[in-house]
Amino acid sequence: MTTAALNLGEHSHPDGIQRWLTTTNHKDIGTLYLCFSFAMFLFAGSLAMLVRAELFQPGLQFFQPNVFNQLTTMHGLIMIFGAIMPAFVGFANWQIPLMIGAPDMAFPRLNNWSFWLLPMAFLLLIGAFFAPGGAVAGGWTMYPPLFIQGGPGYDMTIFAIHIMGISSIIGSINIITTILNMRAPGMSLMKMPMFVWTWLITAYLLVAVMPVLASTVTMLLTDRHFGTHFFDAAGGGDPVMFQHLFWFFGHPEVYIMILPAFGILSTIIPVFSRKPLFGYHSMVYATASIAILAFVVWAHHMFTVGMPVAGQLFFMYSTMLIAVPTGVKVFSWIATMWRGAITFETPMLFAVAVVCLFTIGGFSGLVLAVVPVDIQLQDTYYVVAHFHYVLFSGAAMSIMAGVYYWLPKWTGHMYDEKLGQWHFWLTAIAFNVTFFPMHFLGLAGMPRRIPDYALQFADFNMISSLGSFVLGASQLLFLFTVIKCIRGGPSAGDKPWEGAETLEWTIPSPPPYHTFGIPPLIK
Amino acid sequence: MKASHYYLPAPSWWPIVGSIALLTLASGFILLLQHISAGPYLMTVGGLILAVMLFGWFGAVIRESITGKFNGQVDVSYRWGMSWFIFSEVMFFAALFGALFYARNLSVPWLGETPLLWPGYKATWPTVGPGLHGQFTPTAAWGIPAINTLILLISGATVTWAHWGLKRANRLQLKIGLIFTISLGVIFIGLQAHEYFSNDFSLKTGIYGATFYLLTGFHGAHVSLGVIMLSVILGRVLAGHFTENSHFAFEAVSWYWHFVDVVWLLLFVFVYWL
Repeated sequence: MTTAALNLGEHSHPDGIQRWLTTTNHKDIGTLYLCFSFAMFLFAGSLAMLVRAELFQPGLQFFQPNVFNQLTTMHGLIMIFGAIMPAFVGFANWQIPLMIGAPDMAFPRLNNWSFWLLPMAFLLLIGAFFAPGGAVAGGWTMYPPLFIQGGPGYDMTIFAIHIMGISSIIGSINIITTILNMRAPGMSLMKMPMFVWTWLITAYLLVAVMPVLASTVTMLLTDRHFGTHFFDAAGGGDPVMFQHLFWFFGHPEVYIMILPAFGILSTIIPVFSRKPLFGYHSMVYATASIAILAFVVWAHHMFTVGMPVAGQLFFMYSTMLIAVPTGVKVFSWIATMWRGAITFETPMLFAVAVVCLFTIGGFSGLVLAVVPVDIQLQDTYYVVAHFHYVLFSGAAMSIMAGVYYWLPKWTGHMYDEKLGQWHFWLTAIAFNVTFFPMHFLGLAGMPRRIPDYALQFADFNMISSLGSFVLGASQLLFLFTVIKCIRGGPSAGDKPWEGAETLEWTIPSPPPYHTFGIPPLIK
Repeated sequence: MKASHYYLPAPSWWPIVGSIALLTLASGFILLLQHISAGPYLMTVGGLILAVMLFGWFGAVIRESITGKFNGQVDVSYRWGMSWFIFSEVMFFAALFGALFYARNLSVPWLGETPLLWPGYKATWPTVGPGLHGQFTPTAAWGIPAINTLILLISGATVTWAHWGLKRANRLQLKIGLIFTISLGVIFIGLQAHEYFSNDFSLKTGIYGATFYLLTGFHGAHVSLGVIMLSVILGRVLAGHFTENSHFAFEAVSWYWHFVDVVWLLLFVFVYWL
């Protein structure tokens, strides 16, 4: 199967910048996505460093409140739309065709378009910092009436979101079509690697909810400039309606950011436990049920807006219900490791850490699902702690696990294991130092999105800030390790990981420009 | 002649041209919204680049199709792709309908139930809301909208009739069917425009005007796009494109046309009638 790469026209490609601008190759586009998301990760991370610098001590140190609000808002928007989502699409581009034995994505030119829309969107989004009045400052959730009152930067954000939405929809249609139509003969749906399954569901969620976000921000735009009253009670509208529409997008978005992470974990844990994934079928069904439940839990983000008790109860119970399929996954990973011949290379270290830390985030999510508790904790640092446990130690650390796992395949070189382990321990420890104290701050009542705070919160904030600076600095070590691996290192061979059995390990490292021109036969 | 391998296109400039077009278009619109005079010019440039991109890109795909570069698997990809695209459009309209239902059934009645905020406000539908004033006449369903419903339903039938013609190699039936469909679409747009001009309410007329114009406006934009796509298909038919067995572009556009039709039926029931 190593010779499966058939000459499809030509293996050559244009050189220099033209290669990257015009490429129709899934590996090139995957690389573009991954580099872009890394850049955005570092940029949005620096914004977070500024936030933590301001919060190092009580009182206003560096920033006026309006600037502080821009920093938190843009940190959220860029991390979500610029770092986490494109990183997963980068994995999808590289890995899905390789894992299902396809010659490329189904629509290679659209694939290029879905990437090259992103830098355009981020020119607008980040450019808003330089607009009169600055970037958006009302929180990444863009709630009216604040969002309707802002300056031109808010319009730039609306159009940035439209362009990102087009990018996501095109990319997702491409991924769904690739998975449904490009699998090698004999690879039935229930033989697909778990990573491919999770991306199928993710792409479906994206196609379903990105248009809803597009509609919603369009209503914001017409409320801002064309005199509509969608979110203004004087005209019969309702600002709460925005929250319903936004979270109808926003909650599936949460699963969009975690399901591919589950896919990466379900790939890595069996490999380093040298056992097949425990309960593959129930993992598939759990993922599919998350795809359905994701659409009926959205209002748990807005328990305090004054909805009827029946609504609160419904969304509380449906939210708790979604813990069941998530629990199925956590138990499956643990059962996969049980009595396995485990080794702890960097990808596995990250994977195990994600299982532990994501579960903490899952539990704090259950706490927040309980309406009376949520009414106390709404908009406190407890919520900030919760979603960083699921998004940083869930999504972002899974991305790191995936990067270490597949770098040898992508580059042909082994990464520096010692540096990888340093990166892991620094990240894992600094992450907890940064975010664990936020639970206490939130329980004590410290509100989020505020540049100043009462004196009794000072100690935990200082600990948290110190942790965050270490966390930020250790990502530079990550960057260094990745660049070092790209530039050289011991040869990885076709299959550096003993327990790896998916198709990408049957081809050389790095893979030839085109692979699987003749589809492999799956038994 | 059909290719045996899945067709992988060579590197292409069209996607990046499309990205630049959208960035230019969006930047122009943003400037326009700040009343900066460069805005409309920038939008024109963006629109032109976008048009060039669409011509170039679709032209390339059509040439590939005619020269037999696509096999059956590529055809299936196009079918999946179009289906999921229409699903995304369905969700776009679903959000707008969701706003309508939420306002009509929840937020407006709640405004009537809270005498503390808006004393004396009677929650009825249609409404301009408690804080705005003015009388208006909502569009009656059984006038132009009913005629438009009939027009779109007939156009759905004529496009299917054209498709039957294509499948039986009856080119005349195909052309007549397409011309009828396009004409009906144009008449629909004309009647909608007439209705817009005779309405005594606007986007600014509270939640009723907002939901009315966003829903019917986006639907009208989709009908217009559908008419353009049908015209392109007619042009290709006149140029001798499509065979009885290979004509997915035609089918994709007719799927889109039926989708626009179904959205209109929902609009007729929930925006005009009930």
